[in-house]
Amino acid sequence: MASLDRVKVLVLGDSGVGKSSLVHLLCQNQVLGNPSWTVGCSVDVRVHDYKEGTPEEKTYYIELWDVGGSVGSASSVKSTRAVFYNSVNGIILVHDLTNKKSSQNLYRWSLEALNRDLVPTGVLVTNGDYDREQFADNQIPLLVIGTKLDQIHENKRHEVLTRTAFLAEDFNAEEINLDCTNPRYLAAGSSNAVKLSRFFDKVIEKRYFLRDGNQIPGFPDRKRFGGGTLKSLHYD
Amino acid sequence: MSFLIDSSIMITSQILFFGFGWLFFMRQLFKDYEVRQYVVQVIFSVTFAFSCTMFELIIFEILGVLNSSSRYFHWKMNLCVILLILVFMVPFYIGYFIVSNIRLLHKQRLLFSCLLWLTFMYFFWKLGDPFPILSPKHGILSIEQLISRVGVIGVTLMALLSGFGAVNCPYTYMSYFLRNVTDTDILALERRLLQTMDMIISKKKRMAMTRRTMFQKGEVHNRPSGFWGMIKSVTTSAPGSENLTLIQQEVDALEELSRQLFLETADLYATKERIEYSKTFKGKYFNFLGYFFSIYCVWKIFMATINIVFDRVGKTDPVTRGIEITVNYLGIQFDVKFWSQHISFILVGIIIVTSIRGLLITLTKGMYFVSSVLLIRMSMPLEYRTIITEVLGELQFNFYHRWFDVIFLVSALSSILFLYLAHKQAPEKHMAP
Repeated sequence: MASLDRVKVLVLGDSGVGKSSLVHLLCQNQVLGNPSWTVGCSVDVRVHDYKEGTPEEKTYYIELWDVGGSVGSASSVKSTRAVFYNSVNGIILVHDLTNKKSSQNLYRWSLEALNRDLVPTGVLVTNGDYDREQFADNQIPLLVIGTKLDQIHENKRHEVLTRTAFLAEDFNAEEINLDCTNPRYLAAGSSNAVKLSRFFDKVIEKRYFLRDGNQIPGFPDRKRFGGGTLKSLHYD
Repeated sequence: MSFLIDSSIMITSQILFFGFGWLFFMRQLFKDYEVRQYVVQVIFSVTFAFSCTMFELIIFEILGVLNSSSRYFHWKMNLCVILLILVFMVPFYIGYFIVSNIRLLHKQRLLFSCLLWLTFMYFFWKLGDPFPILSPKHGILSIEQLISRVGVIGVTLMALLSGFGAVNCPYTYMSYFLRNVTDTDILALERRLLQTMDMIISKKKRMAMTRRTMFQKGEVHNRPSGFWGMIKSVTTSAPGSENLTLIQQEVDALEELSRQLFLETADLYATKERIEYSKTFKGKYFNFLGYFFSIYCVWKIFMATINIVFDRVGKTDPVTRGIEITVNYLGIQFDVKFWSQHISFILVGIIIVTSIRGLLITLTKGMYFVSSVLLIRMSMPLEYRTIITEVLGELQFNFYHRWFDVIFLVSALSSILFLYLAHKQAPEKHMAP
C-alpha cells in the first residue's frame, strides 16, 4: 500500500559530511544529538505540503533515504547499495564545505545513482568521468547542500561559496549552504526554506503530474495519491 | 674521501625515501580527506625515510657495499635519530592532538600534552623492569636501554601480527574455504532488505503524522532531556507521545535488522566475487601460493611450539636447513649459503608484509622496523650477525626469540579459534528462513 504513493528522494554524499544530521533536521525539525556512523541505509519521512498556500495544497510524504558509505568502497558494497537506487524521484547531494574532496566526489556519487536507473533503457557510461551532457537530459531533480557552514572562517567564505556555486551549476541544480546543528538556517520563510520547498514541489510534480498539469493516469480511481488529508489515512 | 661519497649516497637515498613516504601518504592513506595539519605528514614521512634507511643498511651489510666504517657510523646515527623521534616526538604529538580534541582542556593544551607525555615515559620505563634486559655495564640513559624497551613492544606487536597473518593468509587465499553462493540467495536477501525498509517507512509515516497532529493541536512534544525531564515525563505524558515511544522502539528494532541484512548482503556479494576471481588464471595462481604459504605457516607454528616446549633457541634458519636437506638428497651442486640468505630474507619479508595488511594507520611504524631488525638477525647466517651485535650492544637476543615464539603461538592459536567460530556461524544464518 505504501508503495503506491511513494516519493523517494536519495541523500548521497561522502562519509561524515552530515547526511544523517541533515535528514534528522529536515524530518523532525530538531538537531541530532548523537550522530553516529550510518551502516547500510537509514530512512526518514518528511511531511510536505505541496503547493503550500494555494488552493491546490495537498500533503505528501517524502521519504528521505540516507545511504551511507564512500565512493571508493569495495565493489561488493557498491552492488549492495545499488538495491536502494531503484525508482528514485529526486536526489539530494550533500558535501562538506570544509573538505574539497567531498565536493569532487559528488560527481561520482551522482553517476553511481543515475547509472543504476538508466541501465535498462538509457546510455551506459563506460568510464566514470564527468560529462555535462549526462546531466543535461537528466529527468531527476537534484539539489546540492553544503554543510558545516559555521566552520568556515569569515574571510574564506566568499571563495568557498563561489566554488560551490559553480558546482551547483554543473549539476543544473539549486544549492543550499547551512549548518546542521542550527535550525535557524531552515527557518520558515528564509530563502533556504523556500528553495527546499521548491525542490520538493518539483520532485512531486515530476512524479505525479504531467507537463500540462494533469495527474498521471494508470492507477485505479479508488486509491488516492499522496498522503491525502488527515481523514483519508488508511495505512497500517 | 670514500666516507664523503658514502655519506652522499646515504643522504640521497634518504631524501628519496622521504619523498616516497610523502607521496604514499597523500595518495593512499589520505585519498578522500584533506590534510589539515601538515606536521603529521612531515613526521610520517621522516619516520618512513629513516626506517627505510635502516633496512637499506642491512641490505648493504649483506651485500658488502660501501666502506665498513662509514656503514657503522651511519648505523649509529640512524638509530639515534629514530629513537629520538620514536620516544620523544611521536608520543608528544599524539598526546597533543588527543588533548586538542577535548574541548574542555583547549586552553592549556601544551601543559596537558606534556603531562600525557610524562605519563607515557613513566609507563615506558616501567615496561623494562620485569624483562631481563638490564646489563650491569651500562648506565640508565644509554641507547641499549631505549632499544631494549622499544624492542620489547615492537616484538610483541610483530609476533601478534605474524601469528594472525600466518593463519589469515591461507584462509583468505585458499578456495577450499569459500562457501557456495548463488544468485537466488542474493536476490532473496535483497528482497528481505527492501521489505524491512518498507516496514520502517510505514511506521515512520505514522509517527510523522502523529507528531504533526500533536503540533497542530498545540501539544508541543518535547523529548525528555536530562534528569528532571525524565521525572516530569513520568507524571505528565500525553497519550500521543506514549504511542510514539512504542512505535519508536519497534522502529529501532527494525533498523537494527536492516543493518544486519545489509551487511549480510554485502558479505554475499564479496563471496560471489571471490568465487569468480578464483576461477581466473590469477586466482588459481594465488590459490596455489596460498597452499604453499599455509604449509610454511603451519611449520612455523610447529617450530614455535617445539622451541617453547623443549626450551631451545633457533640457531639455524629454516630455509638453510631445507636447502641442505634438498641438496643432500638430490646431490646437486648448490651454493647453499648464497641462496639461502636471499630466500630466507624474502620469506621473512613477505610474512611481515602480509601481516601489515591487517595493520591500520599507526604511528608505531618506527617500532615495527627496529624490532624487525632484531628479528631478521635470527634468520641471517652467523657471519652477518656480528655487526648488528656490535652496534646494538649486548642485548639479550635469546630472550627476544623466546618472547617472539610465545606471543606468535598465542596469537596464531587465538586467530584460529576466532576464524573457526566466524566460519561456523555464517552458514547457519543463511539456512534460517
